[in-house]
Amino acid sequence: MKLVFGEGSCGIAAGARKVRAAVEKLVAEDLNAPAARSTSGTGGSPVPAVEIGITGCIGMCYLEPIVDVYDGGTLVKRLVKVQEKDAERIYRAVADGGRGATTLPELADLEISAEDNEFLEKQTRIALRHCGLIDPEDIAAYEAVDGYKAIRKVLAMTPEDVIAEIKTSGLAGRGGAGFPTWFKWNAARNAKGDQKYLICNADEGDPGAFMDRAVIESDPHSLIEGMLIAAYAIGATKAFVYVRAEYPLAIVRLEKALAAAKAAGLLGENILGSGFSCDIRIKAGAGAFVCGEETALIESLEGNRGMPRLKPPFPAEKGYTQAPSNINNVETFANVAWIILNGGAAFAAMGTETSKGTKVFALTGKIKRGGLVEIPMGLTLRDVIFGIGGGIRDGGKFKAVQMGGPSGGCIPEHLLDTLIDYKALGATGAIMGSGGMVVMDSNTCMVNMARFFLDFTAKESCGKCVHCRIGTKRMHEILTRITEGKGKEGDVELLQELCNGIKAGALCGLGQTAPNPVLTTIRYFRDEYDAHIREARCPAHECVALKKFSIDPAKCKGCTMCAKKCPVQAISGTVKQPHAIDQAKCIKCGQCKTVCKFGAVNVM
Amino acid sequence: MCDCCAKSDLSKLTPVFEAFDGDEHALISILQRAQEIYGYLPVDVLYAIAEKTGNSPAKVLGVATFYTQFRLKPVGKNLILLCKGTACHVNGADSIEKALVEELGVGDGETTDDGLFSIKTVACLGCCSLSPVMMINEDTYGSLTPAKAKDIVRKIRETSK
Repeated sequence: MKLVFGEGSCGIAAGARKVRAAVEKLVAEDLNAPAARSTSGTGGSPVPAVEIGITGCIGMCYLEPIVDVYDGGTLVKRLVKVQEKDAERIYRAVADGGRGATTLPELADLEISAEDNEFLEKQTRIALRHCGLIDPEDIAAYEAVDGYKAIRKVLAMTPEDVIAEIKTSGLAGRGGAGFPTWFKWNAARNAKGDQKYLICNADEGDPGAFMDRAVIESDPHSLIEGMLIAAYAIGATKAFVYVRAEYPLAIVRLEKALAAAKAAGLLGENILGSGFSCDIRIKAGAGAFVCGEETALIESLEGNRGMPRLKPPFPAEKGYTQAPSNINNVETFANVAWIILNGGAAFAAMGTETSKGTKVFALTGKIKRGGLVEIPMGLTLRDVIFGIGGGIRDGGKFKAVQMGGPSGGCIPEHLLDTLIDYKALGATGAIMGSGGMVVMDSNTCMVNMARFFLDFTAKESCGKCVHCRIGTKRMHEILTRITEGKGKEGDVELLQELCNGIKAGALCGLGQTAPNPVLTTIRYFRDEYDAHIREARCPAHECVALKKFSIDPAKCKGCTMCAKKCPVQAISGTVKQPHAIDQAKCIKCGQCKTVCKFGAVNVM
Repeated sequence: MCDCCAKSDLSKLTPVFEAFDGDEHALISILQRAQEIYGYLPVDVLYAIAEKTGNSPAKVLGVATFYTQFRLKPVGKNLILLCKGTACHVNGADSIEKALVEELGVGDGETTDDGLFSIKTVACLGCCSLSPVMMINEDTYGSLTPAKAKDIVRKIRETSK
């Protein structure tokens, strides 16, 4: 019997390593116990009753820590939300082999529910095909699931045939822009230059998206194999993976995987005796959202401030050190080996006319079942949010879904049947983006949401273009004053004017799309802007300055807790008599609501 | 550069310069290693890096101030990275920040007088399903509430004494 612990960043944060340490301690104790010594064969060392292993992220982040029970390579039980205190009974139940491993009735309360299992069953996994199933730190585990077979196949093909296969698949860049992958490869292949470079963009800066982190942490070899295939196709012999410094575990796992691949002759000089050579190096980013833009990323690779370059020339002609370079995102590369092994046509059979294959989404926010979801293109937003994600948690009401991060937009309820397709999503004013899907309920203020994104883009603007550098700052100021109830008539029109200026005047894709969160919230939630500006009212009751706290005399028991806690002595009243809040003094800190045990404080 | 700034032990940089010798694109990597050594980037270290890499001090400072990872001031013993990504925002990151400021008496980018804690808000830690999230040194704390955040900080303060 084997216990496998889900140790992606989410699992570790939820406590997976603590549980594993507790189980490992028990295994060691039993091994050293006299009973174990006497039962072991003569001369042999005692065999542990339970083997321990690790795997990456299965994507069901809301159920972490997850522990899988394997019997002879078959998954027999998936245990969820496992805590340190459960370690002993899990170990005892699994170690006690005489009972029939598949039942384990004493662990029934930890077992994943049929409903939660649907979260996985409704998905189609290609980029995430091995995530949470294999040990990311063991190259043999990857090879056992057809790993490195695609590169062997590719080395017997011509680079042109490889590009043709990718063209058949219809694979498009998964980083956000959705540009056809084969076209970029072909341009880099045809560009003149002795030294060509391949770059993997793993600078996942979009807040709310973490699929690239999950792929590197859970299946680093599939990224390496995808990159090798691309390098062969374009004729690159040097490659970089530019990873965010905020992802230390991803960097560690990728370093291990690169070393293992090199030792196996899959990386470096004369790969598998084919004459093809390619080396992959890791470059850790230093924290700048704009470095997700390909030319800014190249500047950063060269050791400079990450400021975008004017295009053309495109990186395919003049990229890293002015040499032909091709840049793709992690998720794009993670699809490549599958396409080579299963054929481009099998990939293209999934999806819509304009969007082929599958896409990974990071489903977060006020969602019941949050995590990583991979689905074929062409499903609807409703299928993902309600079908797989289980809808809004805590019985809340759906309001909007934010897609595409700071470059995307908020899609309202009446558009939930929009197809997941580059074109259809673009028509709503949002974008497919890298796959962040942040779900919001009726407690989220859309004006504040727009303010949040502009705060982000204003801080992250590299400063090269005036429209982006100053325009986003002015927009942030206007949005801030609206959320503080100081908005003026004409502010919305002023925002729209600034949006159009930035769209036209910014150099890079990130600057040009920075206004999208504002434009979409104005388009679909204009009434919320008007309520803030004209009535000094926040319909979602989120904007602090517009909140009004009051005490319900029917519920107040006069315990005086709120009056004692109030930092500005705005609450008055005598013991055992209903208290009252002086609105002129109130600073809306909410302390009274937090301390009230009787739910007597109302917020309007 | 005044005397008070020139006090770092620059010999610690020697192995870093050796490791990246001949790589003209390694400025960011060198700064990262230097920050690992000194905990931050002191002015005299920046000058030394400029001289050794053949860059102007202005370029080195320009790069060091462009990226959020680099800091020009020392940080506290415990660095709190408070996530303010989209998912954390929707799930109440602002209230967590307020609680931390109340508990520690310092805000974003500041360090407590006893040198125990620094707070830094970051765009996304990539643990969106556990939001709101903060990271203290190597440990991630998820599903925070204002009370839970204060409690975590208090416990660390007690064990640090």
